[in-house]
Amino acid sequence: MRTNAPKKIDSIQFGLLSPEKIRKMSATRIITPDTYDEDGFPIEMGLMDPRLGVIEPGLRCKTCGQRVGRDGCPGHFGHIELAMPVIHVGYVKTILGILRATCRSCGHLQVDEKQKRALRRRYKSLKDSGQGTSGFAKEVISLARKSKKCPYCGRVNKNIELDKPTTFREEGHKMTPAEVREWLEKVSATEEDDLYLFGINPDVARPEWMVLTVLPVSPVTTRPSITLQTGERSEDDLTHKLVDTIRINQRLQENRDAGAPQLIVEDLWELIQYHITTYFDNQTAGIPPARHRSGRALKTLAQRLKGKEGRFRSNLSGKRVNFSARTVISPDPNLSINEVGVPIEMARELTVKVRVTPYNMEEVKELVMRGPVPLPPKGKVYLPGVNYIIRPDGRRIKVTDENAETATERVEVGAVVEKQLDDGDIVLFNRQPSLHRMSMMAHKVRVLPYKTFRMNLAVCPPYNADFDGDEMNLHVLQSEEAKGEAEVLMKVQENILSPRFGGVVIGAIHDHITGCFLLTYHNRVFDRDDAIRMLSAAGYHHYEVKGDMTGKEIFSIILPEGLNLDYRAQSCVNCETCRKEECPYDNYVVISDGVLEKGVIDEKSIGAFKGVILEHIGRRYGMDAARAFIDKVTKLGIAAITTTGFSTGIDDEDMPDEANMQIEEQLAKARDKIDQLIKAYNEGELEEIPGRSLEETLEMEIMRVTGRARDQMGEIAGHHLGMGNSAVIMAKSGARGSMLNLSQMAGCVGQQAVRGERIHRGYKERTLPHFKKGDLGARAKGFVSSNYKKGLNPTEYFFHSMGGREGLVDTAVRTSRSGYMQRRLINALENLKLENDGTVRTTYGDIIQFQYGEDGIDPAKSVRGEAVNIDQIVKEVL
Amino acid sequence: MHFNILKHELVPYFKVLSREEVEKLLSVYGISKGDLPKMVVTDPVSRAIGTREGDVVKIVRRSRTAGESVAYRLIVGTGMGDIRTLESDEED
Repeated sequence: MRTNAPKKIDSIQFGLLSPEKIRKMSATRIITPDTYDEDGFPIEMGLMDPRLGVIEPGLRCKTCGQRVGRDGCPGHFGHIELAMPVIHVGYVKTILGILRATCRSCGHLQVDEKQKRALRRRYKSLKDSGQGTSGFAKEVISLARKSKKCPYCGRVNKNIELDKPTTFREEGHKMTPAEVREWLEKVSATEEDDLYLFGINPDVARPEWMVLTVLPVSPVTTRPSITLQTGERSEDDLTHKLVDTIRINQRLQENRDAGAPQLIVEDLWELIQYHITTYFDNQTAGIPPARHRSGRALKTLAQRLKGKEGRFRSNLSGKRVNFSARTVISPDPNLSINEVGVPIEMARELTVKVRVTPYNMEEVKELVMRGPVPLPPKGKVYLPGVNYIIRPDGRRIKVTDENAETATERVEVGAVVEKQLDDGDIVLFNRQPSLHRMSMMAHKVRVLPYKTFRMNLAVCPPYNADFDGDEMNLHVLQSEEAKGEAEVLMKVQENILSPRFGGVVIGAIHDHITGCFLLTYHNRVFDRDDAIRMLSAAGYHHYEVKGDMTGKEIFSIILPEGLNLDYRAQSCVNCETCRKEECPYDNYVVISDGVLEKGVIDEKSIGAFKGVILEHIGRRYGMDAARAFIDKVTKLGIAAITTTGFSTGIDDEDMPDEANMQIEEQLAKARDKIDQLIKAYNEGELEEIPGRSLEETLEMEIMRVTGRARDQMGEIAGHHLGMGNSAVIMAKSGARGSMLNLSQMAGCVGQQAVRGERIHRGYKERTLPHFKKGDLGARAKGFVSSNYKKGLNPTEYFFHSMGGREGLVDTAVRTSRSGYMQRRLINALENLKLENDGTVRTTYGDIIQFQYGEDGIDPAKSVRGEAVNIDQIVKEVL
Repeated sequence: MHFNILKHELVPYFKVLSREEVEKLLSVYGISKGDLPKMVVTDPVSRAIGTREGDVVKIVRRSRTAGESVAYRLIVGTGMGDIRTLESDEED
């Protein structure tokens, strides 16, 4: 019986295979380059020899007698006896080091007795203090290389060069692999006990094994041939490579035995070296990759492992998984933030394991009786059924409508039933790129009709999701441990406070904020009907409304009791001295005992990434309360915005003639100013800024003028577009857009820049042929005086595109660069762990930090980075 | 002319621990010497305070978040070390 008992790997020992070992583990020697005979049977002692394992189902392996499959024959190695030795590409660097550090005639390491004793002691002390010894070997070699003459036999050391990738030269003279092997044999004989000084453990590796005399042939299971529809066989790339190797090996042997000229033998020898080199790594520098007839480069051993598509990154670190689903997402404000809407079709396919016990026997039987597609009761759209029963012996029974009744009798204690997804099941919901832990959170399932995942809008910011076609993944948790862990650590409400800065990442967005802003701004009064409707929408169906209510009164109802807070709102205008409670703009929020006394609710109060109220509720009343509050505040916001009505359009940027005149005036002034600067520059009257050239000074001054001009446009626009304007309301409350966006639409777009400078490249001494050579004026250097509403003229449009393109390129470059940076960081930090004593250690037990983050504070539990917020505590106590 | 780097404001406080202090440190964390973070003998501070291989130094840094933070380093040689010092070691 198979068990799932975990086994702990104590250690892994890497080493080299000796020729004897290769022969010993080999099931057969391979001598023929052919694979199958005319009848399609594998040829004995060929590359597809049945002793190397089986790839066709039903056949039995000639070595172990097992069939194909998970518990069947794993495949067996074969071997090729090479006519001449061949260098292993993977070890050329090591070989080179050894050749350079030893004597060719006696094989001694080129250091004297005294130095050697010192080296031995040094090695020991390094080992004892737990340090790595790889750098040590390198230093030993560079020390030994300095020797001119062998201190033992007196032979003069010659300079050894490596002619990439696999040819060694002694003072320009080519050495054959046979000569290299001979040398290495000498080294391992004389330096037997000191091989560790080269970084070689003599128990598992010997220098001469780095030159191959026998080539292991990998089992057929690692290079299965595929039969095409036409009945033609197509061999794996590795098989192709081995065929080449055997062919050349045969020819080499024949020629050598027949006493062919040295030249021919050497040519064949080099050819077999090439084949074996590319068999290991077909991207070896210095040699052309081996190709198919089609021109496609062969995928050999190294290519199977390396890189993003290699075995490690795509099959071991990351795998395809079962119990997962993916579809388009769409918004549903009626779901709580910790729910996710799952389509019925998916819920029928995704299952949860239910173990049968004496206690749930009847329930499970009732469940199985329903079959795989039960009819939902009236008023419901879905009822979970059962897809499979797994009997205690591991056999699976598929439940169908027909066999549901008989299957019910098969339900016994110890069996496991695969039950379809039901409301309330816990699942992981994820959107790529998964950049932080909030990209994967646990949600409760709500099975709903239609074909998309539904989610609350407030969880868009942590996933960075929108609904323009985004897709998300869902994983159904199977084991009780996983479910429990997700429940405690990964549920949405557990992630409202971010570990990044100790503030909220989940909160109201867009219309939620506008809604709450409109509700509380100027403390608008709502009649009884409106108040009832809004409160009902927020979940207060039976709240007694006596008469007209102000927006602040309505908002206070959803605030928890005993909440005390005061802070500046998002729309704070930053007066020189803040008058706090007496703020003339009502931008200072005061909440006492759960009543909103003063101030307006905007992004700072409830927004994602900012929401002070959310943060405080989460900390004081617990995450469940924060979740409930977010659900209520978003619904109230939507109800408020629907009650007051809200719309925006391009006419929001309409400005009175007076304003347009002011803008024209300011633009003309700015242009004059620039002309003056240019004139001063031309006449040499411009004062240089310290450390800048005259040209740089002029550019900086002009940039300042154009920058100020745009800001003034913004001021004029802001002045004429008051708080009655929807776009301004959105910008000021932080719901969407900024005053800069507005002034660019209504006022002027402003100076376009590439690399932080005014646009200057293009034609000779001018940006476009429309301008005079040497024109330094505003228009000729990318100042856009039009606004988006009016539209840009052709030259302005061109400059604007230049600036826009730079922005796009920058984002593209930044994402790829930061992605790679993050990958390296993660790989460096992945095995660090915070221990119970507060230290951060690696998996080997090395200490990295004596106190986590120097202060031992969990940023997720900090108050915006600080361990405690003294002011808040004092306020609460008083 | 010798500049005392220990007095520079960016250099934290360093102190070589006594044998007893090292014992205590190792037992507090339940570790062996090799698990400590390392610092080379040739480090300018190591030279300034005069350390030997195998010493453990205590470092007290000022920290913006924690006020004071304490760390320890094991003094180690660099790779093979200086071959001349290796030879002179032979005498003792």
